[in-house]
Amino acid sequence: MDVSTGDIDAPHSMGTTIIGVTYNGGVVLGADSRTSTGMYVANRASDKITKLTDNVYLCRSGSAADSQIVSDYVRYFLHQHTIQLGQPSTVKVAANLVRLLSYNNKNMLQTGLIIGGWDKYEGGKIYGIPLGGTILEQPFAIGGSGSSYLYGFFDQAWKEGMTQEEAEQLVVKAVSLAIARDGASGGVVRTVTINSEGVTRKFYPCDKLPLWHEELEPQNSLLDILSAGIPDPMVS
Amino acid sequence: MSSIGTGYDLSVTTFSPDGRVFQIEYAAKAVDNSGTVVGIKCKDGIVLGVEKLITSKMMLPGSNRRIHAVHRHSGMAVAGLAADGRQIVARAKSEATNYESVYGEPIPVKELAERVASYVHLCTLYWWLRPFGSGVILGGYDRDGPQLYMVEPSGVSYRYFGAAIGKGRQAAKTEIEKLKLSEMTCRQGVIEVAKIIYGVHDEAKDKAFELEMSWVCDESNRQHQKVNNEISQDLLYIHAKS
Repeated sequence: MDVSTGDIDAPHSMGTTIIGVTYNGGVVLGADSRTSTGMYVANRASDKITKLTDNVYLCRSGSAADSQIVSDYVRYFLHQHTIQLGQPSTVKVAANLVRLLSYNNKNMLQTGLIIGGWDKYEGGKIYGIPLGGTILEQPFAIGGSGSSYLYGFFDQAWKEGMTQEEAEQLVVKAVSLAIARDGASGGVVRTVTINSEGVTRKFYPCDKLPLWHEELEPQNSLLDILSAGIPDPMVS
Repeated sequence: MSSIGTGYDLSVTTFSPDGRVFQIEYAAKAVDNSGTVVGIKCKDGIVLGVEKLITSKMMLPGSNRRIHAVHRHSGMAVAGLAADGRQIVARAKSEATNYESVYGEPIPVKELAERVASYVHLCTLYWWLRPFGSGVILGGYDRDGPQLYMVEPSGVSYRYFGAAIGKGRQAAKTEIEKLKLSEMTCRQGVIEVAKIIYGVHDEAKDKAFELEMSWVCDESNRQHQKVNNEISQDLLYIHAKS
């Protein structure tokens, strides 16, 4: 997620795929786990879905440092707000606090964020807060460099009122599609499901993800491929 | 209940030997001597009513308002020194807009009441400030439904389903207690509040008065609205009949 250290003139790599989706009863947040510094993968198992409060989580993309500091500030403000109000903060309030920091410091920050959570007044909600500090409440939101490959996919695959299983499968499928095409996204898929009952974290390692097109199955050794006796997969 | 402080009542930063702060109690007297202010919480909203005593026949009706809108969803009726009340309302308005610009949602009524109470209390802590000589009844409708709060000059704030301050508060409270508020809509509540105000008005001591009312309810789309005087005219008639 950091700025390329190799060629200074190389374009910045956002290096992420983040997704937030509402379903009938809550939200599902999903992300890949690759933190890249140019060509180098700094962390192949990072957790880009950060907790703000018990009922509100944040997907981070862009500069790692910027998104971390924003989430730390918002967590602090929300904690105080919860104490003052005497009840959990709403997702809208959390999103607004993130938006104010993003907008007022737009010259210094480079971070695209997706807020997702559940509160008793509005139910499950997703808010997208891209680079300039716009706030947009959406039924689903995508972000990061890998999201470019998902716009058409979501236009076709998104439906109103999905079940929790449908929503989770959609998120996992989408992140794995983005990982297949985007060099800056990779690793594992992490999801966080938030509803009235609470929060559930799930983890999908590489071998649990669907394979797309020309991708090979994970193998322990090339000798296994050769001794399998099947036509040589390296030759078409 | 007039007790002389005898030296312990000169400053708001002095306690008496029996643990009272006399200046705050004297401030409350200013509220007790003003026109009655009543607020009730019906099942679908809040109704506020003020007995506005008219000091001069040359005053234009409808001026010198005692009920103010604090935000779209809440209003405040003040009793006691009018100028002090205006300051409290200004502070409440400022708190409400500030909260919304930071948190992105209208200020919950409970939070607003706490902030107003905090501010009123603040002015009882320093010798260079005097306590506010006015109490307010704050009514608002937020996501947790309609709520009614009263803030006294001491800075104390409680949530009520029926509250009254000013001259006729004892009689008003008795009348409120007779009402079945949980079954009443605001439309009926407006009539009841007007009846109470007309009822507690002392014809002998204070000649002219103007009835000022407002509501926040489902019918007003959860916005704070002034209640028209056409309703008051009907009530004058009802009251004259009874």
